[in-house]
Amino acid sequence: MKSVSEFRTIMTGNDAVAYGAKLARVKFISAYPITPQTTIVEKLASMIANDELDAKYVEVESEHSALAAVFASELTGVRSYTATSSHGLLYMHEMLHWVAGQRLPIVMSVVNRAIGPPWNIWADQSDTINQRDTGWMQVYSESNQEAMDTIIMGYKIAENADVMLPLMSMEDAFILSHTSEPVSMRNQDLINEYLPDLDLKFRIDPENPMGYGSYDTPDGSFMELKKDMVDSMGKARKVIMQETEKFNEIFETNYGGLVERYRMDDADYAIIAMGTVASTARFVVDKLRGKGMNVGLIRIRYFRPFPYDEILADLKNVKSAGIIDRSVSFGYAGATYSEVVSGLYGRINIPVSSFITGIGGRDVRSEDIENIAETIRKGSNGTYWINVKRVI
Amino acid sequence: MPTSIPKQELMAPGHTACHGCGATLAMRYVLKALGEKTVVSVPASCWAVIPGAMPFRTLDVPMVYTPFAATGASISGLREGLDIQGKTDYNVVGFAGDGGTADIGLQGLSGAMERGHNVFYIMYDNEGYMNTGVQRSGSTPYGARTTTTPVGKERDFKKENKKIVADMMIAQNVPYVATATVAYPEDLIKKIEHAKAVNGPKFIQILAPCPTGWYYPPEKTIEISRLAVQSRMFPLYEFVEGRFYLNKSFKPVDVSEYVKAQDRFKHLNEDEIENLRRYVEERWNQLLEWEKLYSSPIKA
Amino acid sequence: MVLVPVSTVSTRNHPTDSWRIQRPTIQYDKCIRCMICWKYCPDNAINIENGDERAPNDRVAKMEYPVIDYNFCKGCGICANECPEKCIDMEFEVIE
Repeated sequence: MKSVSEFRTIMTGNDAVAYGAKLARVKFISAYPITPQTTIVEKLASMIANDELDAKYVEVESEHSALAAVFASELTGVRSYTATSSHGLLYMHEMLHWVAGQRLPIVMSVVNRAIGPPWNIWADQSDTINQRDTGWMQVYSESNQEAMDTIIMGYKIAENADVMLPLMSMEDAFILSHTSEPVSMRNQDLINEYLPDLDLKFRIDPENPMGYGSYDTPDGSFMELKKDMVDSMGKARKVIMQETEKFNEIFETNYGGLVERYRMDDADYAIIAMGTVASTARFVVDKLRGKGMNVGLIRIRYFRPFPYDEILADLKNVKSAGIIDRSVSFGYAGATYSEVVSGLYGRINIPVSSFITGIGGRDVRSEDIENIAETIRKGSNGTYWINVKRVI
Repeated sequence: MPTSIPKQELMAPGHTACHGCGATLAMRYVLKALGEKTVVSVPASCWAVIPGAMPFRTLDVPMVYTPFAATGASISGLREGLDIQGKTDYNVVGFAGDGGTADIGLQGLSGAMERGHNVFYIMYDNEGYMNTGVQRSGSTPYGARTTTTPVGKERDFKKENKKIVADMMIAQNVPYVATATVAYPEDLIKKIEHAKAVNGPKFIQILAPCPTGWYYPPEKTIEISRLAVQSRMFPLYEFVEGRFYLNKSFKPVDVSEYVKAQDRFKHLNEDEIENLRRYVEERWNQLLEWEKLYSSPIKA
Repeated sequence: MVLVPVSTVSTRNHPTDSWRIQRPTIQYDKCIRCMICWKYCPDNAINIENGDERAPNDRVAKMEYPVIDYNFCKGCGICANECPEKCIDMEFEVIE
């Protein structure tokens, strides 16, 4: 019996992600440096330099080019990878659509960082929330181990014949990316069994010349192609569940699929959060339970496809809920709040409130989440900014 | 009987280019020179619509459509992806217009050339955004009327000289740089063959006259292409690993012959044509200097 | 399976003859088979075929000769303009 992990060690989230890409046997990497993504691609470059990874690394002159190069190499049929953050991701925006539209199962790491101005390099999920409509699956990790494993599961899910959509895997800036945690290095042989080589059906084949992404007319198949992407997002839900379970079985892990629940079984009140805020929320749940408040936590792992059904099922038995967003959506409440509420509408009628906090990397403290829980308990429908200073 | 250019056709008939399209001839000749082991990447441009709507293709080689600024990076990824699989014998070609090269794609082009990938970047230069309806580009020459430099009551036309991307590529010391045009397909194909012998990035700027955007009758495409060279509005040169060769074998004609053949220059008065004439002469003298600066002509 | 935006049908199945307003006709008895018309055709609508007896002389009759494919010719007129023998006529199409 092979050991599921080769060894266990302390490493940063960015190192864990780089090892995730290595374990997934990526063949082509192209990236452009941006804080706090840099240590991912530095690590990969150093692995290649030390003959620990058999891949080609190309540092390009912009993020737009990074994803364009990865798009093209993936189209030739080799597993390709990139990583970015914040403004770099925004600069890729056009290519994000292009990759998804061409149905290329690329996995990209994004270190969630604030959008300027003013410049700010700290944790904030506004960058990826901005990209929710690009056709990429989105996973938000809570630990370095999860960030590593999500790269591997990400390729498996993205390359599924019924899915064929790209996937972005997130870590919160610094809180994960530059913080060391214990991480188990997965056994490469077991990964190889779990994740076979990429076999891209519509790869570039000079023997069989085709046009890749030519224009289409209103009466052509454009609308059908877009609907098919939506349908695949739908099919991805089942694939995510299957592949996560398979991974859990092999590696003795315990990942939820689209969501993870904590003390929800008998909860009266639910906190919904994403990323590392969920870790603090879990601590607060225990603390409040000790004080007699029946609160639970739903951690959203996948923002796309969005877990409407899972959340609906969980909220059926609670009195009220609140959603924490570490991102800004100008002109309305938090983005996750909007998603959750639209999923509940007409099915269950409970008060749901929106909490915006941790913007630009501001610390999300346990007392902030306690305040949030208290507001939820009161049964509010409002939108609240938490831990905002008075600016004179 | 042998023809002066290869018989093999890798660009099918039935495409939807305008009557007398120079850009189409450029593609036809480039593929004749490169053969079937070729992959082409095309950004937003006339060539993104010439093959027609889905499900049609007009090339007998794979053609990848990319966003406007993505040519340089996409050929980098195609090259490396094919090389990783041992497919080093395939030619990887970026085929972009002048807007996609001189303007929005310049950064990507420069990056790809600097990184040294073994790729061809073909800029088919029709001197404006022709696919979107004849707007001015950095590569539009002085004096030209476009839809964004229209000649109205207050006369206007493009007042700035053409940005010459091939010259920039020489400044960047790209291993192979050349200019060519569709009136001289034998020369164009010979240059692609020279480029093929260079392992590294190659940049070729092909002047592709556009009847739709230069406002001349479609049967005149070759004539105008020829006049561009003879009038020295578009000199033909080759820069191979540091050596510069200027093609001087043409009987020169006056700039006015080129200008008067196209309605995009119709509004120019004699003084303005003189400006153009002076510019052309200065540039020609500059290129003669380059020839001295960059050593002797290459062997054919 | 998913839908992927790839184009597979050659435009050889997409005639463009309806674009043509003027029709080129080669006078083979004057044509010297220089193939300049073929070389400069942007629509790749001139094919090369083996020998035709309508030729200025027996030597030329044995040579390969250009044949316009009217399924694809758009009638741009480059061939007629470039023909050194001026033996390609352009005439308006007659719509029946």
